[in-house]
Amino acid sequence: MTPRRKRLVLFGSVLLGVALAAGIATLAFRDNLQYFYNPSEVAAGKVPVGKRFRVGGMVPNGSVHRETGSLTVNFEVTDFENTVKISYSGVLPDLFREGQGIIAHGKLDNQGVFVADEVLAKHDEKYMPPEVRDSLKKTHTPGTEVAAVGASKS
Amino acid sequence: MATWTWFHKLGSPPHVYRIAGRFAPWFGWGALLCIVYGLFGGLVLAPPDYQQKDAFRIIYVHAPAAWLSLSCYTTMAVAAFVGLVWRMKIAHAAAAAIAPVGASFAFVCLATGSLWGRPMWGTWWEWDARLTSQLILLFLYLGYMALRSAHDDLQRADRSSAVLAIVGVVNVPIIHYSVYWWNSLHQGATVMKADRPSMPSEMLVPLLVMFLGFTLFQLWVLCTRLRAEILERERNARWLQEQIRDGAR
Amino acid sequence: MNQWASLGEWLAMGGYAAYVWPSIGLAIGTLVVNMMMARRRHAAALQRALRRLAIDGYGEA
Repeated sequence: MTPRRKRLVLFGSVLLGVALAAGIATLAFRDNLQYFYNPSEVAAGKVPVGKRFRVGGMVPNGSVHRETGSLTVNFEVTDFENTVKISYSGVLPDLFREGQGIIAHGKLDNQGVFVADEVLAKHDEKYMPPEVRDSLKKTHTPGTEVAAVGASKS
Repeated sequence: MATWTWFHKLGSPPHVYRIAGRFAPWFGWGALLCIVYGLFGGLVLAPPDYQQKDAFRIIYVHAPAAWLSLSCYTTMAVAAFVGLVWRMKIAHAAAAAIAPVGASFAFVCLATGSLWGRPMWGTWWEWDARLTSQLILLFLYLGYMALRSAHDDLQRADRSSAVLAIVGVVNVPIIHYSVYWWNSLHQGATVMKADRPSMPSEMLVPLLVMFLGFTLFQLWVLCTRLRAEILERERNARWLQEQIRDGAR
Repeated sequence: MNQWASLGEWLAMGGYAAYVWPSIGLAIGTLVVNMMMARRRHAAALQRALRRLAIDGYGEA
């Protein structure tokens, strides 16, 4: 082997080795690096017990109820298989709406209600002008927002 | 081995100095035109988004900055690899030349993302896979530049920093695919994917022009800084005298 | 184009001015600083090279 070939093999295998190690680490820590859990994972008991975690999904239409005289909002998130009830008091982000993907941070209480102290809004990668959106709404039934939730787990 | 002549010519400082000097103005003016048009198109002509309204316009600087930070890193790693394997000094010079641009736009990407995340998501920062891996990219750039400046000996600086650049390149695909591999707060790619972009053309065209403008800017900076690196490295060479005195700056 | 009724409305960015304009400003500022630093580096390297040549007896000085 020429010296140049040797260096090519050496640095090529360094790169390959690092890529392999990163790949294995990525797989191994997949669950730890999970930013949020789906309602189905909550229902299956895959979430840490007694610890704070995040749950993400879509807020179904008609599920948002504001308690009168307080900042508390009760709503649900769904991944279209399971649903988690969420209670939150505080300021909601601008994009929080029914039919929108959200992520809540908090704990499950003993009634199975997720008490959140932080609610973040997710949005999908689709952008369009309001007029296009309106005409889409007329021809399609709602459900395009599924992408906002679906995009996270594909 | 006629096919390799272009490659060997790339290793010749006078040749590269001249070529870079010839192309730089085209890249520079092209970048200026594209960025001016892209910003006008994005900030004035494009319609607002149906749900993010005018806040979505941050995409016209955020996404090109992200693209620039990734393409600079990839360029840097490829150049470092060529420099190590073929012992090509000019490749190391190119890697060193591109690092500061990449680092600054990795920061711009994070900062504009933060300014976008606050009103839309409701947070400045989250330890999410996409955000964290992009932060690591910034640290890789900073580590690369720190490692270079830690060595007085140029050859040592070139070689040790090149190893870091090559090792760090695994982070590039991780950043891109992080939103698909993990549940993430960040949405998927709008433009950089196999499917058609998820945007109508009146929003997309200014964005693509911005991508082109930032890429041309990267090339302009690469040419200009590489010429500086060549002048610094090429000590007492006759060609230098000819280059400079012929007025071919 | 006719989506903006006035300059003030454009500047207000639908209430998101505080987020949009700093982003744009930071990006433009970073472009300009990168450009100036690259040019300055090249100019400085050229000056140093000229001085070196002069010492070596190539220059006209």
